[in-house]
Amino acid sequence: MIGQPISRVDGPAKVTGKAKFAAEFNVPNLTYGVVVTSAIAKGRIVGIDDREALAQPGVRMVMTHKNRPKLARLDLNYKDQDAPAGSPFRPLQDDKIFYSTQPIALVVADTFEMARYAATLVKVAYHEEAHETDLQANLSEAHNPAAGPVNLFKPLPPKPRGNAQQAYMEADKRVSGEFVHQAEHHNPMEMFATTAVYEAPKRGEKPRLTIYDKTQGAPNSQLVVANGLNLPFKNVRVISPFIGGAFGSGLRPQYQLLLASMAALELKQSVRVSLTRDQMFTMGFRPATVQKIALGAQADGTLSSVYHQAIAETSHREDYTETVVNWSGELYKCDNVALDYQLVSLDVYSPQDMRAPGGVTGVSVLEVAMDEMAYEVGMDPLEFRIKNFTSWDQTHDRPYSSKEILACYREGAERFGWARRTPEPRSMRDGNVLVGWGMASGVWMADQIPARAEAVLGVNGKLRVSSATADIGTGTYTIMTQIAAETLGLPIDDVLFRLGDTDMPLAPIQGGSWTAATVGNAVRVVCEDLGKKLLKLAAQMPDSPFKKAKSTDVQFVDSHMRLVGDPSVAISLRDIVALNGGKAVRETSTSIPNMLKQSRYTRYTHSAIFAEVRVDPDLNVVTVSRLVGAVAAGRIINPKTARSQIIGGMVWGLSKALHEESVRDNNVGRFMNHNYAEYHIPVCKDTPDMDVIFVEEHDDVVNPMGIKGLGEIGQVGTPAAIANAIFHATGKRVHDLPITLDKLL
Amino acid sequence: MNPFSYTRPEAVADALNDIGQQPNAKFIGGGTNLIDLMKVNVEHPTHLVDVNHLPLGDITELPDGGLRLGASVTNADTAWHPLVEERYPLLSKTILAGASPQLRNMATNGGNLFQRTRCYYFYDAQMSCNKRQPGSGCPAINGYNRIHAIVGMDKAECQNPNSKTACIATHPSDMCVALAALEAVVRVTGPNGDRSIPMADFHRLPDTDPQRDNTLEPGELVTSIDLPAKGFPKHFTYVKLRDRSSYAFALVSVAVGLEMDDNGTITEARIAMGGVAHKPWRKSEAEQLLIGKPATDETFRAAAESLLDGAVGFGHNTFKIELGKRAIVRALQEAIS
Repeated sequence: MIGQPISRVDGPAKVTGKAKFAAEFNVPNLTYGVVVTSAIAKGRIVGIDDREALAQPGVRMVMTHKNRPKLARLDLNYKDQDAPAGSPFRPLQDDKIFYSTQPIALVVADTFEMARYAATLVKVAYHEEAHETDLQANLSEAHNPAAGPVNLFKPLPPKPRGNAQQAYMEADKRVSGEFVHQAEHHNPMEMFATTAVYEAPKRGEKPRLTIYDKTQGAPNSQLVVANGLNLPFKNVRVISPFIGGAFGSGLRPQYQLLLASMAALELKQSVRVSLTRDQMFTMGFRPATVQKIALGAQADGTLSSVYHQAIAETSHREDYTETVVNWSGELYKCDNVALDYQLVSLDVYSPQDMRAPGGVTGVSVLEVAMDEMAYEVGMDPLEFRIKNFTSWDQTHDRPYSSKEILACYREGAERFGWARRTPEPRSMRDGNVLVGWGMASGVWMADQIPARAEAVLGVNGKLRVSSATADIGTGTYTIMTQIAAETLGLPIDDVLFRLGDTDMPLAPIQGGSWTAATVGNAVRVVCEDLGKKLLKLAAQMPDSPFKKAKSTDVQFVDSHMRLVGDPSVAISLRDIVALNGGKAVRETSTSIPNMLKQSRYTRYTHSAIFAEVRVDPDLNVVTVSRLVGAVAAGRIINPKTARSQIIGGMVWGLSKALHEESVRDNNVGRFMNHNYAEYHIPVCKDTPDMDVIFVEEHDDVVNPMGIKGLGEIGQVGTPAAIANAIFHATGKRVHDLPITLDKLL
Repeated sequence: MNPFSYTRPEAVADALNDIGQQPNAKFIGGGTNLIDLMKVNVEHPTHLVDVNHLPLGDITELPDGGLRLGASVTNADTAWHPLVEERYPLLSKTILAGASPQLRNMATNGGNLFQRTRCYYFYDAQMSCNKRQPGSGCPAINGYNRIHAIVGMDKAECQNPNSKTACIATHPSDMCVALAALEAVVRVTGPNGDRSIPMADFHRLPDTDPQRDNTLEPGELVTSIDLPAKGFPKHFTYVKLRDRSSYAFALVSVAVGLEMDDNGTITEARIAMGGVAHKPWRKSEAEQLLIGKPATDETFRAAAESLLDGAVGFGHNTFKIELGKRAIVRALQEAIS
């Protein structure tokens, strides 16, 4: 079962509309909230005139900082699982405006249409103050970031090793450059929404809320609602069975969650708040960065010096950090490394993790610089990388648990036909069209963290497994079903995996590419533990052939438990459950990583991406015509969903390379292309044939199942591979992403 | 979106009557732009008159060899109509370069003429905009203006930071660029009777009242777009440059129709551009430079220089001047081959 290309188990529900999303849960007497946002970027609200809005038929409330229910005061109460150091934003806290498009009021009415209209009638007067939203103009204000608990998974730069500056001066060959990446918004297809269902309190108790939320972790939403609104945890249940994409935007609760919950408590009625596409640009985003890199190498192509600095934007409220530069001291062997990462606080919303946060930002710069250096030393870019390969992580002075990137280079190059590449820029053509081939390496973390799961074998012999994780479209439902089915020897159809409910055993937020490993091992453990219970039950039968059997003496195959020594001695799982007095057999277990073993190794996923571009020599229109991604990611549970993950990542890498950019007008302090028409992501016609290879990689250190996550690795190397291919086609190095045609003129 | 009333008349006279009853009424065709603008609080009609059931849904031949495109025929049905494909392949190609299949299935020929600019500031009701809110200013000039005009604006006004009339918006339609090149005629009817407006006069430059996109009078209804007999079916093209290969508005676009004699000399030329001005951009001087000339790159570049003579950029859109000229040359090269 594991390793089979099973189609998504949730696919039929999704394509037939049976799968319900947060804004689709209907309850009687539901009211609808529409958010009013700030027109200015910084200042204070001095007056809100809501009379005309309130005069409309069916309008229940215009909730502002003046009439909202009581909120907890301490920052601690708003710290979610992904909160950086600082003071988390909460809507309607007071009269202060921190950023343009900040939510400042919620208009609630009996119908969505009336709420939307009434929201346009709310008049707001401001006292405006000067704002700063321009990263490049404020680089001199950069500061060292404050660290928080999340930096456990998003480390800040290590101390320097060797002497990068001296080695750079002494190097035979040098390259250096400055790179600017613009901000990006996640823009999942499904917009953020919360349906907060109100249940009146019993005497002497507090009210209860059942909340349907778009989130990458139902327990994370519960945390903030319970703490922020001072409700007992048992009074807040969050349910989130399906998510229409998230890409990191759901790792922190978004403001509509608190707004809907506050309004429900205030009105004592159920409230739904769904955001508009424009409002998807009023929350966290991938921060803009200005990066400097300098590489030194010996004439033979030995890398001798790496300096990499990134300055990123953050808000005044929080120091959002991501791991941008560390990869540059780890991916290749180099004895002299200096890395630096700083932040500039601007009048913006806090940035937020967005697919391959930091990784795609920093590696895109490192891998373009590596390409430049390959040309400096006169080596093939692939050969140059192979020459500087290392299986020892010099930053942490320990080996990699596995690093089959050489196999990625070899198999990717073969599939792509890299050997036929002529190195000279502008040397490959198809008729009049310039053809360019480029490649880049990719790297991402392969973490595992603790998680819980429950398994229940019903009297019908069917298995239900659950964990409060999420499936943001990645295939979690499917691979967890496979793992459970394999562990207890059941057909896929006899296993039901459920997720996204705070009544289920706790799992962490779905991010960092850790869910397959984290929840996968929890599912494995709980099914194994359930198997032990089944053995115990079977052993209690009179004259049981399993009486003396230990758990290693039995195997679960074909819906039966069999003796390993004599598989003909068997009992069906259904018959075992019947021995339990007609009751289902249940087990709840926790999977805890072997931290001692893991800490001796660096645990990463690796990739090599190969790209072919075609460039019109006069008009500079760039088309990506081929992409090959070779990935070393341990054990692949489902090659079909795994391939989809990598393809999705590569498409996003293409998007970052050529299309995607949230454009700010610093005069007004606002992102201006806030809709799908002007915020460009690739259409089908922009996406080429894509080839995905999973190379053999065995790793029993990362976790008992040898799984490495796939959510981010497809994206990391793709922008640099495309940028390098554009150089090869045109002879032009463009350091600023996205590479739009005007930058090639 | 404000509350509104809605009628669906079946006779043109009823439609004209309905529109005249309320000061803030609007006609609605496919609604592919109007509904969006209502949702983002830019358009606020109190009444909508649906014109899709008027007897304007046919494509018919005209006695002079031309073709009449009914106002409520969809863009998709027009692009794939056999007579349009045969006689006006430039129009087919241009329509199919725009929007997406879903949008073209809804959008009507009449409605396409009334697409409003995609200027970021026009679309954001919290921003100032001389087009949306006359006299409030134009933040695009010193702001983000990648998709904005390089010709046809009042340059002096655009240098005045406090101008109450400056506007550098572009007209976003692809179809209208081909219609301009084909010298189509827009037929309208209204309270003062019927009239015909040449395509060149239908859309207007911002001048001192950028809130007005076109020269239609209040209460007037487009009934058809008439194509003259000359359709340039042999030598034509539409080059559209954009930030992705589909479902994006033109950064610059060029519609070209040529007639050539047996020696390869150009005898008639039409060049219209999209993405550069408040209306489809044509100049007869530029076209004249091609007449009687051999079809060489030098000739083409001279026409390109002429058509974009005096173009100015505002920072983000300055690249359009050179890109536009190269696009013209490319379009002419494609049209002769």
